[in-house]
Amino acid sequence: MKSNKNILSVLLNKRHKGRTISYTLVVAAWIILTVLQRGGHVSSLIAGLLVPITCYMVAALGLNLNVGISGELNLGQAGFMSVGAFTAVCISGYLAASIPAAPLRLAIALIGGAFVAVIFGLVIGIPVLKLQGDYLAIVTLAFGQIIKSIITNMYLGFDENGFQFSFVQNTTELAPGGKMLLNGPMGATGTQRIATFTAGVILVLIALMIIYNLIWSKSGRAIMAARDNRIAAELSGINITNTKMLSFVVSAGLAGAAGALYGLNYSTLVPNKFDFNTSILILVYVVLGGLGNMNGTMIATVVLVLLPELLRSLQDYRMLIYAVVLIVIMLITNNEHLKTWFKSIRSKQADSRKEAA
Amino acid sequence: MRNLSFKKAFALTLAAVMAASLAACGSSGSTSSTTAAAQAADSGSSEGSSAAIKIGGSGPLTGGAAVYGTAVKTAAEIAVEEINAKGGQQFELKFEDDAHDPEKAVTAYGILKDWGMQASLATVTSAPGAAAAPMYKDDHIFAITPSGSSLAVIYEDPDNSANPFGNVFQMCFTDPNQGVASADYLAAHPDLGSKIAVIYKNDDNYSSGIFAKFKAEAAVKNLEIVYEGTFDDSNASDFSVQIQKCQAAGADVVYLPIYYEPASLILTKAAAEGYTPTFFGNDGMDGILTLEGFDTSLAEGVYLLTPFSADASDDLTKNFVKKYQEKTGEVPNQFAADAYDCVYAIAQAVDAAGLDASKSPSEFCDALVKQFTSMTFNGLTGQDMTWSETGEVSKAPKAVVIKDGVYVGVED
Amino acid sequence: MEFISYLVNGLGLGSVYAIIALGYTMVYGIAKMLNFAHGDVIMIGAYISFFALMNFGLPIIPATLLAIICCTILGVVIEKLAYKPLRQASSLAVLITAIGVSYFLQNGAQLLWTSATKVYPSAMPSGSLTLGGFSISWLTLITIGVCLLIMAVLTTFINKTKTGRAMRACSEDKGAAILMGINVNFIISVTFAIGSGLAAIASVLLCSTYPSVFPTLGAMPGIKAFTAAVFGGIGSIPGAFLGGLLLGIIEILAKAYISTQLSDAIVFAVLIVVLLIKPTGLLGRKLSEKV
Repeated sequence: MKSNKNILSVLLNKRHKGRTISYTLVVAAWIILTVLQRGGHVSSLIAGLLVPITCYMVAALGLNLNVGISGELNLGQAGFMSVGAFTAVCISGYLAASIPAAPLRLAIALIGGAFVAVIFGLVIGIPVLKLQGDYLAIVTLAFGQIIKSIITNMYLGFDENGFQFSFVQNTTELAPGGKMLLNGPMGATGTQRIATFTAGVILVLIALMIIYNLIWSKSGRAIMAARDNRIAAELSGINITNTKMLSFVVSAGLAGAAGALYGLNYSTLVPNKFDFNTSILILVYVVLGGLGNMNGTMIATVVLVLLPELLRSLQDYRMLIYAVVLIVIMLITNNEHLKTWFKSIRSKQADSRKEAA
Repeated sequence: MRNLSFKKAFALTLAAVMAASLAACGSSGSTSSTTAAAQAADSGSSEGSSAAIKIGGSGPLTGGAAVYGTAVKTAAEIAVEEINAKGGQQFELKFEDDAHDPEKAVTAYGILKDWGMQASLATVTSAPGAAAAPMYKDDHIFAITPSGSSLAVIYEDPDNSANPFGNVFQMCFTDPNQGVASADYLAAHPDLGSKIAVIYKNDDNYSSGIFAKFKAEAAVKNLEIVYEGTFDDSNASDFSVQIQKCQAAGADVVYLPIYYEPASLILTKAAAEGYTPTFFGNDGMDGILTLEGFDTSLAEGVYLLTPFSADASDDLTKNFVKKYQEKTGEVPNQFAADAYDCVYAIAQAVDAAGLDASKSPSEFCDALVKQFTSMTFNGLTGQDMTWSETGEVSKAPKAVVIKDGVYVGVED
Repeated sequence: MEFISYLVNGLGLGSVYAIIALGYTMVYGIAKMLNFAHGDVIMIGAYISFFALMNFGLPIIPATLLAIICCTILGVVIEKLAYKPLRQASSLAVLITAIGVSYFLQNGAQLLWTSATKVYPSAMPSGSLTLGGFSISWLTLITIGVCLLIMAVLTTFINKTKTGRAMRACSEDKGAAILMGINVNFIISVTFAIGSGLAAIASVLLCSTYPSVFPTLGAMPGIKAFTAAVFGGIGSIPGAFLGGLLLGIIEILAKAYISTQLSDAIVFAVLIVVLLIKPTGLLGRKLSEKV
């Protein structure tokens, strides 16, 4: 009895409360949806949205580490998703014959996608993290655009004679039976759809685990110290560039894995999908959910992916209403009067609790 | 700290909204399926074939490509209204927005499937079509796309034109066919010019798909391509460089396998530079004469290889153009014409197979595939159209030239 | 010869970027916010001048004035409704709101005027000026001239007038400006008004050169002008001017001599290199860190 109570109090103490809630939320959602799906109670609409929601969630969690915890505005998250997605699609396409088992191939492709995105994160992070504030933001935007431009111009195919690669001008000539893995602006087509909701949920859990462990580690404290006061942190002997690099690279890796899952959920993937708008979309999930608040990010992602679908009955007006909702939410959540009002409610509750105790 | 507590409250509100919305989605999904079942039961018992057959479809109704989706939706609605007005088998159309995004096309597919569609217009654009096509195959629902012209819409393995989905058909030409036909036409008509320049949109499936085959066929026919210029979404406005390069390369034919909006910019820029080669385009170019504000004299002498022209004088085209104009105030383009044909082709096949609304989507699929691969169809976009087992259409593109602001057929 | 003609085209395109970038940079300098809806104000300006030219048959100068008036009002209204309540909020909250405004304007325009492309009438003098076997179109000359004129007027305004001085004070230190009796809210409104008015002028020049009007018209010029503003040092008016011109020239030359496919990648790569050498842009001031 006593030990039980102890475990519970540990799980709900300040340090663990956030992650306990996160894991519980995710696992509960998975169980409920899986049971409903088995029973045939989930509509095709929702069933089709499950995997993309987990993808956006993972990318947004990574971005929240970057923007919320580390305090760097990153406008190029879609670029890392793109790198991960196309890497994974290529890996899966190439291994389709040799590894027929979908879960294994999915795992390899996800790891591959995340790995390449991490490399990109490292290479891009070196110049980017020398800059600060809005200059950093625009450089991430620039890298996002460059990645899109480059992938739009890559041609990669393979046949029985091996790989053929060309850039800008498509010169690949495949023998019959060959397969184009990347076809320039047309991206990847004929991808086997091996992504599953369960894989998505596992990916979300892994992302949460990585982020929470990082936040509560020594490096995590250093990252937050660097965010709150760069100079004071530097004076305390923290290597600013290294700490920022850590969060940047982890964020890139998560985006890569998210992109990988996304890419393997559709039979076709175009480079244009991961443009500036997608980066912004993910940023909106993060800001709306609350900077540094992982649960908020997850909930905001679900709400904002579903919102346009729920507004479909408004037909042509739905994106207009979506924009209005976005503005109104930002105005309400940042309204000083409302904040004070909430605060007064909280303190009253706290008072009554004290009295009860 | 106070910030945090506020955020928590907000997160809770969001969570509540989410839960409510999920519930709403779930229930709306189930209600629609129950009503579908109820309708099916009704039609089975009392009403017989008077219940409407459900036709789905998706296309961009918002975003940059919305003009194409809107055209298809409007034209399909006209066709359904006409068919329903004749009495006989009734049809019902549900057209969802996919914003020209494969992800949204899959979402739209989910909505249509929940609604209980029995046949579909698939998608308007190619990339979303390629994403939705495997779903149509998996669920065994018949689809015919008005304008998704890429090979990936009908083949699982588009690189080798192998493994057709079998139940996804096209009303438009495939991109490669257009490229080949264009190269053949230029080879057969050397009077148009011999030094060919091409300007195509390299981040667009349609344009780069046509161009790839055009280039291959041009090599076979010994056509001389002197310049290949490209543009993409982010620089689709400035064509000064491309025009200067065409001029410098001495091109006397400029092939534009692109849509009419950028083509209008190219024509305007070329005129400003005093550059007057023969311009040659495909079906995407149709619509240039009705572009609001465009000086049609600039399009004088432009050649198009297109299955549809809104200026044709046959009754079918006249009736359609009139109705479309009444509804929208605009002149229909080839997207609209293809969509109109799709609905009529489905109706013809349904009639021939004797289907009614009580049949399941799967029964529809088998019967419609059988009809489509055996019937011939006359529509706005061609006479005696037939379809192969792979879903590709066979019809003859017409060469037209713009003279005095109207299309004039070119006699071979 | 060919090179010079590319260069002139680049200057023309760059002038348009510069005018848009001025709007970005002024708003950033004074309100410290990235106004991502700026590109969409250009789009609204384009539609208004389009209808003024086509439907009301106005000549180009009154049409431009009408667009300027409407965009100025729009800019001020957006500021009052969407941005002013967020004066104390984080810059990210303002950024997301600006994106919401951008979606709103784009979708609103689509509903009002459909997504079908409209072709902008050619109301500018056509033809070109020939100088010693070399010709420049009048339109390009006018664009460059208007840009120079705007630059001159704006510099005088900022440096010589009372409001201009107040603007500089606000951009320097908002708190101190309030203490000096400057009405900061008014100054921010004036900044939005000027920026949006400039966007209207840019829209007329942009659409005269590239005569296509559609609801997402402003997105790409918006991002490029934003890049130009950062390139020159965001918050700096001469910086926006220089950044815009350079960006236009680089874009056209990259298209002409390297690759039309990769011109965007090259523009952004140059931006990154410049920022690595000069982390606050070409003419930006070095940020001093307070300890």
